[in-house]
Amino acid sequence: MTDTTNRHRVALTVNGAAREGTCEARTSLADFLRHDLGLTGTHVGCEHGVCGACTVLVDGAAVRGCLMLAVQAAGRTVETVEGLAGDGPLSVLQQAFVDHHALQCGFCTPGVLMTLTEVLRDDPAADEDTIRDALSGNLCRCTGYQNIVDAALAAAAALREGGRP
Amino acid sequence: MKPSPFRYHAPESLDAAVGVLAGLDNAKVLAGGQSLMAMLNLRYAMPDDLVDLNRIDGLAGVAEAGDRLRIGAMTRQRALERDPLLFARAPVFREALLQVGHIQTRNRGTIGGSLCHLDPAAELPALCMLYDAGLTARGPGGERRIAMADFPSFYMTPALEPDEILTGIEIAPWAAGAGHAFVEFARRHGDFAIVAAGCLLEPAADGTIGRAAVVLGGVGAAPLRLTAAEAALAGQRPDADALAAAAAGAEGIEAMDDGTYSSDYRRHLARVLTGRALARAAERMQGHAA
Repeated sequence: MTDTTNRHRVALTVNGAAREGTCEARTSLADFLRHDLGLTGTHVGCEHGVCGACTVLVDGAAVRGCLMLAVQAAGRTVETVEGLAGDGPLSVLQQAFVDHHALQCGFCTPGVLMTLTEVLRDDPAADEDTIRDALSGNLCRCTGYQNIVDAALAAAAALREGGRP
Repeated sequence: MKPSPFRYHAPESLDAAVGVLAGLDNAKVLAGGQSLMAMLNLRYAMPDDLVDLNRIDGLAGVAEAGDRLRIGAMTRQRALERDPLLFARAPVFREALLQVGHIQTRNRGTIGGSLCHLDPAAELPALCMLYDAGLTARGPGGERRIAMADFPSFYMTPALEPDEILTGIEIAPWAAGAGHAFVEFARRHGDFAIVAAGCLLEPAADGTIGRAAVVLGGVGAAPLRLTAAEAALAGQRPDADALAAAAAGAEGIEAMDDGTYSSDYRRHLARVLTGRALARAAERMQGHAA
């Protein structure tokens, strides 16, 4: 028999702050962020790892929030789209998205931003091939990607002159 | 969709994991979760218990073990593609890994998870077949070694007992002058390949091919070694005719037909991709010899 009351306490760091909640073992990290912590910037699309809308950073690495359990994130450091600007100005990458019209409906945007945040932190000199390869893991049905690539390249250029991703 | 409910176990040692698993009768072992989590979400898999290996130290990493390389089963694919030792000794791994999913899935996905999921078109099982890898698994009776050739028992089913956990993979790197290549055809970058081809060519002292290994993924239930082509290549100069003759042999294989891609189409891809892989590997082999 499966014990369906099997609930877990999850304490972790989200966008620099200690957070905790209680959830079922089967709760994904994406659903935990949205429903238990109220961080609805992370979107849930396909729920099987294809679309990339739920992409967040766990210990600095971009991962699918739907393919990781919330209990697995206990004790780890998670970053979501809400953390990019915090209470301050938009990040260099976010501002580049505004400047280059890199979003239309916006559903994929949080995942795209988190993917590119990892890429640009790793390598602010990332070239178009690297950016397109990383973006292959995030589906966007509006833009055709060109403006996203333009924004990412502009952000990379700005970062090389000393901004924060 | 959401997974059906399950009990979650996060043992902190391999012994504890084996102990937990031994007492369960409908359990799944969770490695990187890049296939299993999707199967849980889609309710293709509905285990009563999930045994998570991610809190166990010591199951990840690449290390030299004599003249072999030992890769921990929980080594992330992203760590493998960036590992300098693996790149120096077996560079075909990086070439293949860059075609596995996306950075967002490789950041979590593991080599052991890919081997145990055993998708017919997956790159890592094909690489392990290419190298005749030796696998180690731990169960209640202790450690057991399994040759990669014996690991696929049938479609997407590894030859592991329900209470065994894959712990490591050992490969014997080829000589430094060997050429390598891994090529595949997929409809979108990051998709599973329709067909994939990997090969290794080691030069003999006289500049001929001393030893060859060729593997195809996506043609049958398990990665397929082209042993006849390998034998035919040995002793030959790596010229276009010899490589084309070896690639032509790939068209004679039996290939699966899944309703989307016919067996004829797969055989055609097998020949074309084997030819491309051999040509690239030969160029790299000669590059070293010169």
